[in-house]
Amino acid sequence: MKGRLGVTGTAVIVLLLLAAAFGPSLAPHNPVEVNLAARLTPPTRGGDGQPAHWLGTDQLGRDILSRILHAARVTVGISLTAVAVTAGLGVTLGLVAGFYRGPIDIMLMRIVDVQLAFPTILLAITMVAVLGRGIGILILVFVIAEWVRYVRVIRAQVLVVREMQYVEAARATGATDRRILAGHIFRNVLTDIIILMNLEIGRIILLESSLSYLGLGVQPPMPTWGNMVNEGRLYLQTSWWVVTFPGLAIVLSVLGLNLFGEALRGAYDPTGRE
Amino acid sequence: MIAYILRRLAYSVLVLLGVSAITFFAVFASGDPVSMMLGADAGPRQVEEFRKIMGLDRPVVVQYLHFLGRAVRGDFGRSLRHDTPAMALIIERLPATMLLAFGALAVSAVVAIPLGVLAATRRASLLDDAVIATSALGLAAPTFFFGSVLIMLFAVKYPLLPPSGGGSLDRLILPVATLAFGRVAVLTRFTRSGMIDVLSRQYIRTAHAKGLPEATVLYRHALRNTLIPIVTLVGLEMGSLLGGAVITENVFAWPGIGRLIVQAVENRDFPIVTSGVLVAAAIFTLINLLVDVVYSFINPAVRYQ
Repeated sequence: MKGRLGVTGTAVIVLLLLAAAFGPSLAPHNPVEVNLAARLTPPTRGGDGQPAHWLGTDQLGRDILSRILHAARVTVGISLTAVAVTAGLGVTLGLVAGFYRGPIDIMLMRIVDVQLAFPTILLAITMVAVLGRGIGILILVFVIAEWVRYVRVIRAQVLVVREMQYVEAARATGATDRRILAGHIFRNVLTDIIILMNLEIGRIILLESSLSYLGLGVQPPMPTWGNMVNEGRLYLQTSWWVVTFPGLAIVLSVLGLNLFGEALRGAYDPTGRE
Repeated sequence: MIAYILRRLAYSVLVLLGVSAITFFAVFASGDPVSMMLGADAGPRQVEEFRKIMGLDRPVVVQYLHFLGRAVRGDFGRSLRHDTPAMALIIERLPATMLLAFGALAVSAVVAIPLGVLAATRRASLLDDAVIATSALGLAAPTFFFGSVLIMLFAVKYPLLPPSGGGSLDRLILPVATLAFGRVAVLTRFTRSGMIDVLSRQYIRTAHAKGLPEATVLYRHALRNTLIPIVTLVGLEMGSLLGGAVITENVFAWPGIGRLIVQAVENRDFPIVTSGVLVAAAIFTLINLLVDVVYSFINPAVRYQ
């Protein structure tokens, strides 16, 4: 059961990456081309001189499949960038705090505790209110909102690893702090970092789509799954496909990432396996 | 005990001061509200005078202290758009948000804890698989999408419930279900794995060996011991609950503070944003304080940490 779910998760991730890489060139239509004559067309195979709209069209007659494929690139681009920057910052601080301890550690953990407790979406909304809208700002918002999670997890792991005998042995052979941190401790928390980064991609996708849904994230006409659902909310009564397909894209992506993450954790820690 | 509560109280005040400073300086850094309030054709003298009246010519730290002083007295400035005290608007919307949040909390506890217990006692059954699959879905589905699906199903396809708005109890059902879904996912999982862990302990075997009825073992011995971490989780989940409420209110046009805040961001109505965030932070800190105090009753060991 577990193995099969892991494979499913991997397949979904591969699909997501493929969509981000090649989606825009595979898309059958221009994602921002307005065609009012074809507005709110239900999913159709085409024929009789009519073009195919496999997932239907939205309120402006834009092809939903093409928009979903283009949005995949936007979403994957934003979340990968945000996760890379956040991991860099959070892991460094987590390593330093866990390894050196002292007042920096205490201060850092206070900030982490307070911020982890505070509703992320509210923090993000406040920041968007102040900083304005745009993709660069959005990435900055995610970094500020999420770095604490890495600090928390990595610091806790470092506290365990630094007491290991191989660390003591390295110190006995005269290894510098830097060497111990980079060569021994970092390598031994790397799996935790990868598992966390994987889950964080899912979190960022949810956060980005939620902000975009509220109209505070990626701005139209650039499509993202979140703002597609937002634009479709007025047509819930008549045209289910406008909201359903981009929504399913989000659910499927996050589900795949979570399943993959769990399989990863299971492989790394066989004792937790059921 | 009292020392512990006092210490937690001091910590809560510190958190609130931190949040107030961050929101104040963030809004301060985002630019001068004068040009926006006076309009483009105000002369430099008018601007200067207006800044004096508003106290915007003083150093920022002084301004912050004044802001705090007024805040303590419940004065958070006037809404730029509605021209009424910002706090009054927030207070007016607060009951709706509370109703939604606590409704969802209650529903998720009532649904999730029995489900988690059932799944744990029937490991690898069809029910167990269904519970695992549903909670995986609950963790992956964004609140706004699940809410939209509920509207399409229960307000459009089968028109049983109103799709949006506030004021009556039947309008509360879909938003509460939406907000509860994600929490049910987390709580069910947690209860299930907690129960599985506890059920493998020696004292459970002893209880069975004594010939106690199954229900007594499950609820008196196993569930009680699982409840301690569950209370902690509920405290930690309050953040997601409040955050989820903000989004849910926007899906269903539910007239709470989440919707008010998002609209205020759109209108650049900063007094509403700052007081809204502060009130949310205050409620949130208060609930966490309560959870910690309750927790210290259940598990006295935390008091001495």
